[in-house]
Amino acid sequence: QGRSGCTVPLSRQGGCNGMGQEQEHPVGAVGAQHGAAAGGMCGNRDRDITAGAVGAQHRLGWVVLVGTGLVPSTLQRTLVYGRDRIRFMESLVVGDIAELKPGQGTLTLLTNEKGGITDDLIVTNTSEDHLYVVSNAACADKDLAILRDRAAQLQATGSDVHLEVSDNALLALQGPSMARVLQAGLPDDLAKLSFMNSISTTVFGVPGCRVTRCGYTGEDGVEISVPAARAVELAEQLLGVPDVWLAGLAARDSLRLEAGLCLYGNDIDETVTPAEAGLMWTLGKRRRVAMDFPGAAVIMAQVKQKPRRKRVGLTSVGPAIRPHMAILGPEGRPVGTVTSGCPSPCLGKNIAMGYVEAAHSRAGTKLTVEVRKKQHPAVITKMPFVPTQYYMAK
Amino acid sequence: MPWLQQRLNPLLVCCKCVTVFKQATCHFFLKRQVCFLLARKFTDKHEWISVENGIGTVGISNFAQEALGDVVYCSLPEVGTKLSKHDEFGALESVKAASELYSPLSGEVTEINAALADNPGLVNKSCYQDGWLIKMTVANPAELDELMTEDAYEKYIKSIED
Repeated sequence: QGRSGCTVPLSRQGGCNGMGQEQEHPVGAVGAQHGAAAGGMCGNRDRDITAGAVGAQHRLGWVVLVGTGLVPSTLQRTLVYGRDRIRFMESLVVGDIAELKPGQGTLTLLTNEKGGITDDLIVTNTSEDHLYVVSNAACADKDLAILRDRAAQLQATGSDVHLEVSDNALLALQGPSMARVLQAGLPDDLAKLSFMNSISTTVFGVPGCRVTRCGYTGEDGVEISVPAARAVELAEQLLGVPDVWLAGLAARDSLRLEAGLCLYGNDIDETVTPAEAGLMWTLGKRRRVAMDFPGAAVIMAQVKQKPRRKRVGLTSVGPAIRPHMAILGPEGRPVGTVTSGCPSPCLGKNIAMGYVEAAHSRAGTKLTVEVRKKQHPAVITKMPFVPTQYYMAK
Repeated sequence: MPWLQQRLNPLLVCCKCVTVFKQATCHFFLKRQVCFLLARKFTDKHEWISVENGIGTVGISNFAQEALGDVVYCSLPEVGTKLSKHDEFGALESVKAASELYSPLSGEVTEINAALADNPGLVNKSCYQDGWLIKMTVANPAELDELMTEDAYEKYIKSIED
């Protein structure tokens, strides 16, 4: 293989989220024209903006448009209609969907009966008559099967719920000057749109868009769901603004890791529970008491007994920490495994995520990581590694 | 006048090897065989080596540095490390990935490029000059013949790109 694999983000080796499924997407064409490191195109070095460059610029104030077919192919949107849509959704996920105000969304987890994480989702209670569900494309088929099964079950007992898969494209505009760039093309006041809130609106003359203030970078940003037929036009318009750069998966991966955000397939999957993954905050209080989500018995028992392993952040200097590397304890005994890792363009040191035995999970604990058969010191570090900049309306 | 030299240098490259012509010392005037040894040869893993006075200087090709992106860390072996041909001797890291380095020949590491510790980006800026990685002895000169010439390597790159 030699070096041919080196332009492919390592995080994608996990499999589940693989960009292997290169879906044809309208926005892909934009990437080719604007020279971006796109997801499905990540093997093409000519289109490469290096993660380091974009990562650092991003934090300095550039706005990054993550698109070019990569976001459309890594995320799937499903709309849930019907009177019983909230009951339907809550029967599958851990979050308190009923408490969401109109336009408000939340990160939540689709769990299985063993307490494992089937996928992570953003569920938004739109101001219209439906829930808007964004899930990972790599999990799209299994998610959709689960959703459809449950919908059929509920329909059979007379419940009112039905699903619609959206074929919109999704563009993520992320970075400190996002609001300035987007406000110019938005009739709504972005100052009133807080993190994790969503509006249906017209963006730069393109009607039928959904703008959600969220993202996967830790910065202020939005994800714009845009009708496929006009996605290229909108992407071109945004790229016409001088501060807007195209970024690909590698840039996005270093940004999300700096922000301490999990990548499904690497940092969370069906073999880990929310308790181990440090995602108990996604469990609604009411849901914990009612224990009415899949795997509740396993997860709540784990919370009481404390999980055996925990997801932690690691930092080091020297050779980068990469997924699948062994984390060793003081006596050189393996105590865990790295699930994500890269040199942080912003911090100038290596950052990583992984799972370690709970006894070694306290921040400040000194461990070692085996890099190419040599042990290198690493320190358990609180996440996010770079402070997040989510916007809250005053 | 350095700028003039820069302009002219490309014209004054030895026909056989790729070393830039320097009047006093250039092997252009030396025997053909020496010139052959000085030529940069390539591996299919995108390392290059050029041998002078029995010591090989090893680096990565322009194709490789472009593919890797900005190098942020160089893992290099210790001086004295004995390598067989194809042995992994280190790695170059970008934000995206680590890329292993493989020894083009058998021999012993005699020097590593200390400048890379503080300035790993030299590998990108000057992969054939200041961004060299290691120097090594050549235990078996016949192994050089198994490597690709610059021409062959160019063709090889084209073949893997298509």
